[in-house]
Amino acid sequence: MMGNTLRWEMNAFVGFIERQKNLYRRYWAWEAVWLLYNLVSVLSIGYLAAGLSTLGVERSSVNLQQTELYLLIGALLWTYLSMVFFEVSFAITWERWEGTIEYTFMAPIKRLTHLLGMCAASLIYGILRAAIIGLAVVALFRLDLSHANWLTALALFAAATLPLLGLGIFTSILPLLSPEKGEQMAFAVQGVLLLISGVYYPITVLPGPLRVVGMVSPLTYTLDGVRQALLHGLSLAAALPDIGILLLMGVVLVPASVWCFGRAEVRAKRLGLLKRSG
Amino acid sequence: MAIHESELNRTAVEVEGISKRFGEAVRPHRLMPWRKAKKPKLALDQVSMHVETGRITGILGANGSGKSTLIRILATLLTPDAGTASVFGYDVVRHPAQVRRHINRVSVEASFFKEMSPWENMLYAARLYGSGGDGTRDRVEAMLDRLGLPLDTLDKPMKQLSRGQQQKVAIARSFLTSPSLLLMDEPTTGLDPRSKREVQELVRSIRRDRAATVLLCTHDLQEAEVLCDRVLVIDQGRVLAEGAPAELVRSHADVGGSLEDAFMRLTGKRLEEDEEEKEE
Repeated sequence: MMGNTLRWEMNAFVGFIERQKNLYRRYWAWEAVWLLYNLVSVLSIGYLAAGLSTLGVERSSVNLQQTELYLLIGALLWTYLSMVFFEVSFAITWERWEGTIEYTFMAPIKRLTHLLGMCAASLIYGILRAAIIGLAVVALFRLDLSHANWLTALALFAAATLPLLGLGIFTSILPLLSPEKGEQMAFAVQGVLLLISGVYYPITVLPGPLRVVGMVSPLTYTLDGVRQALLHGLSLAAALPDIGILLLMGVVLVPASVWCFGRAEVRAKRLGLLKRSG
Repeated sequence: MAIHESELNRTAVEVEGISKRFGEAVRPHRLMPWRKAKKPKLALDQVSMHVETGRITGILGANGSGKSTLIRILATLLTPDAGTASVFGYDVVRHPAQVRRHINRVSVEASFFKEMSPWENMLYAARLYGSGGDGTRDRVEAMLDRLGLPLDTLDKPMKQLSRGQQQKVAIARSFLTSPSLLLMDEPTTGLDPRSKREVQELVRSIRRDRAATVLLCTHDLQEAEVLCDRVLVIDQGRVLAEGAPAELVRSHADVGGSLEDAFMRLTGKRLEEDEEEKEE
């Protein structure tokens, strides 16, 4: 019985990944545009760093190579993190827009399967897209990664996945609460994360209250840790506290977000919001 | 999912005193006084009904009469404010997972991922209902062939299909999951007469071959007359009459009258009048 249930849920889990793959393939022109946009954004940040010397910044006063790498890592990671965040948080918006939301919500599957299926598809797609952009960056910039500790960077990257998905699921609740404004609110959340998580600067430059908020953002630990690993060869042992914090955040955020999603679904069913037009 | 032997001869749908109101009667918000409170609308008012397994039951009513609200409650997409509803003995609010395993739905809008093909949409649906492996493509082709849909449309994006073709794919999608209870909300709206007849024949066949129960919301009183074992006339959220079509004609229409005449007598208006009122 248990085995059958698990097989049923696994089948649905695969169904969500398969569906997203088909959607990405069918909307290839949009996807190409977004990829180009992301690529251009990352390259712009890279060239901004490369051009600092022509803007009057003395080579002796700042390590331009390190700055370039610092900003490129931030831009690349943000591209990946924001993409995964966007895909997960738009799980509901997209279905409402297509008009399929009722069919997905009345399917005989657990909501956890639905959300994890969407998360898995987003992760796979996010990694593929970030890899393409990463290859372009490596090809266009002469990066010195001789000190990089790839194992630590990978471990931090993996640990960041859980809290990131939790945040994404939390944000996907917004369109359930407000069909009209939920989408814009998700963009606002993404914007706040960009501001407080130290994507392009250390959070120490932020004013006090924002710095405190930045310290509870999992992206702060991810960006800082990955930078330390790639720029200064941070060892895995030294990164363990950050990995621990990220995992702890994930352990709290994922179940909490799934629970909140369930409560939002109950509310949406009460108010009649689970439909195409809202 | 097909019904279990023990579920045969059971009541398929039991609805007791269901009410549903949209929009709460609230005072203007203290902090946002410019925001007007929505006028509440009573969509269902103490509706009760009983549907036996293996029957086709029609729900007749104009737009806004509460038909779709009732269907959405049974589909576990909406919770009632009062009353209870159960499907094969499972309460739609307390046991939605069990209810979902027995039902599927065809709505008036063919709801699909528009860029994806009929095959991709149906494969996705099959996956959510525990199948999608070997043999699914053959089943999908057989189903669409039976509905008279050219097989060369199977891999084209849905948006390139006509409204009628999309609706046929929606019907095939619901049949693919072999539901014990099929909730059909105006499934033949927008179909040409030939397609409409093909769909009606298919509805009969799933009842005949699979002992499935069908709840059919329709505007088309002729369709209800030929397809349904029983009908329920609903207006402004209230059930006005219930019975076999012939019984309703006998009780509510003049001699030689039709179901439409009975409907007019019961609701005090024609369906078209209601449509006009709504447009105004």
